Amino acid sequence: MNVLSLQNVVKAYANHIAVNDVSFDVKAGSIFGLLGPNGAGKTSLIRIITTITAADTGKVFLNGHPLNHLHPNEIGYMPEERGLYKKMKVGEQLLYLAQLKGLSNREAKIKLKTWLEKFDILSWWDKKIGDLSKGMSQKVQFIATIVHDPSLIILDEPFSGLDPINANLIKDEIYQLKEKGASILFSTHRMEQVEEICEDIVLINKGKILLYGGVNAIKNDFKEHKFSVKYSGDLSSQLNSAGYDIISAMGNEIIFKAQNGQSSNDLLKGLISHNVNIISFNEILPSLNEIFITKVASSNE
Amino acid sequence: MNKIWLVTQREYLTRVKNKTFILTTLLTPLGILVFMAAVVFVMSTGSDKAKTINVFEPTNLLEKELISRDNLTFSFSNESLEAQKELYKAKKINGIIEIPALTDSLASKYSYKYHADKPLAMDESFAIDKAIGKKIRNYKLKKLNIDETMLKNLDTDVSSIPVTILEDKKISSITNVVSSVLGGVVGYAMFFIILFYGMQVMRSVMEEKINRIVEVLISSLKPFELMMGKVIGVGLVGLTQIGIWLILMPLIYIIGAALFGVNADGIGSLATNDMPIDQMALSSQDKISQVFFELKSMNWWLILPLTLFYFLGGYFAYSAIFAAIGSAVGEDINDANSLTLPVMMPLMFSMYIGISAVNAPDSSLAVWSSMIPLLSSIVMPVRLPFDPPWWQIAISVVSLIIFSVLVVWLAARIYRVGILMYGKKASFKELAKWVFYKG
Repeated sequence: MNVLSLQNVVKAYANHIAVNDVSFDVKAGSIFGLLGPNGAGKTSLIRIITTITAADTGKVFLNGHPLNHLHPNEIGYMPEERGLYKKMKVGEQLLYLAQLKGLSNREAKIKLKTWLEKFDILSWWDKKIGDLSKGMSQKVQFIATIVHDPSLIILDEPFSGLDPINANLIKDEIYQLKEKGASILFSTHRMEQVEEICEDIVLINKGKILLYGGVNAIKNDFKEHKFSVKYSGDLSSQLNSAGYDIISAMGNEIIFKAQNGQSSNDLLKGLISHNVNIISFNEILPSLNEIFITKVASSNE
Repeated sequence: MNKIWLVTQREYLTRVKNKTFILTTLLTPLGILVFMAAVVFVMSTGSDKAKTINVFEPTNLLEKELISRDNLTFSFSNESLEAQKELYKAKKINGIIEIPALTDSLASKYSYKYHADKPLAMDESFAIDKAIGKKIRNYKLKKLNIDETMLKNLDTDVSSIPVTILEDKKISSITNVVSSVLGGVVGYAMFFIILFYGMQVMRSVMEEKINRIVEVLISSLKPFELMMGKVIGVGLVGLTQIGIWLILMPLIYIIGAALFGVNADGIGSLATNDMPIDQMALSSQDKISQVFFELKSMNWWLILPLTLFYFLGGYFAYSAIFAAIGSAVGEDINDANSLTLPVMMPLMFSMYIGISAVNAPDSSLAVWSSMIPLLSSIVMPVRLPFDPPWWQIAISVVSLIIFSVLVVWLAARIYRVGILMYGKKASFKELAKWVFYKG
């Protein structure tokens, strides 16, 4: 079951094509990464999904239904460029935003109180946003995004401007929401966060999809059969004589490239047969960051 | 619909609860009262120092009599001018009026001399001129052997009595005056209210754009709903403020009148100062009751709802345009000025037409512009007390409705694109392009 499904979505502006034939699915209850350099078309895509704009052609389904005017109530969106009314009080403001998402005043009050309590900020109810620090108002913003229990939560660079403690708080909350069944579409260009949090990603550049799939599958696709071994004894000369390409050797750790078609089990067998004591053995997978940079660079050429 | 109402509520409540709003709403009528009291006070007190002035008239033209006025005391002396100048030097008197002989009893011009180092204040010299003029008039009457009462009978007070031919209703000579004042006040008020609250809508749009809350908002509701909620909310604030003023003004006026002893006659007499005293005293009571009669006989059941309609029509059209402009400018309020100028022009233009319509409500300029939307919302309310033909009202109403709906639609098209555009402010050409952007 997919919470979100895009089929051949195209969006063109006067002088450029922002989204060019994009299709992908977001599985229900997953964390999905929407990646791409600045100006790749991420915001244009998100604006289509949030019904702020409409696609020129192509289809978008939310929970199996074509996007309609009721869907915004099922989506929680935290834009990258975000803000709140500076002169309004925290409570008033959250109530307003929650009601815009279709909650009744009573419902909204109950839910907001629970959330504010959870973040330990119930005492801010009557404070003005303008008097809060940036990190504090980010918490308020996050609550505004998820208070109506959306089935799809879209977070655009949610950790920008947060200190590590607050960033962790939000990250934990994202996991908990996922556990409760919400799906999270997570847009960023901070790859280490993606690797940590996301199950599936789509990488777009210049409006087109470059990569799409599970994070592990993509990493596997891009692996270069590099292995790192920690050992005691003499390994390098043996590897050399066996014809392996040694990339680096530092102390008791050696990184080398396997010959094509060799599985890690075969490799390990070969190592063990030598007179070496293996302490650790692992395959080096490329980081998403590396994949991102090579992919984007090659598509820009 | 529900979401529009939510936005309306927020716009209304945050504004009405604002301290500045409460203060200006309550203090403005008080301020007007204080201003009026100050005007009355300033006008009723002349120069405060008492002056003694000697009058030297060897020819006895004034018959040793000149009415003392407020702080001026006149004393007649037959001493020589030189001797009186000594008195001046000794600071016993403030000046000497020298009355030369009237050589020609038919002379239409006459001047006297005032000896002093400081000239008379303007109101003092006016009063003395008048008093002397009256004396000379009496002197001439005597010299020419003219009977005062006969002369008075020569003057005839002429006025017209308007009588309708086709319509069966009573009108009086004062009808036009009352209608003019009423129309003028309504026209001015309309101009300022539309401008002020239109600008408020623009500011509010800019605030949301600068705050960057707008993207969160329009992921919850349509830009059109946001814009309409804003326009309606601010409009309701305007109606609230006017409503409070309409209640407070008479209340404060009554309290003020009791406190300061300012009464309607006092203020009224300012305007009619140069009228002969007797005539004024006679008519001021009459006039007030006549004004009330005229006000009562106005067709309020037509004027009030229509005025409200023109306010709403004009306000919706203009504030939607202001909203579109607010969405098109960036962070800088100065950028807005070049875009608001073309909107201010029809607004100002219609106010000036409205002022001229007070004098000539049936001039072709007034008639035509009261049927053209963008102008009609100010010009037609000015004409309403003058009973314009129903077909003109009908055309005006229908065209304003169609036009306002169209303008709101166009403005919403621009607004929905503008609020998501950051960077430099847009030109009119770009605004026109935005109208045709697809969703």
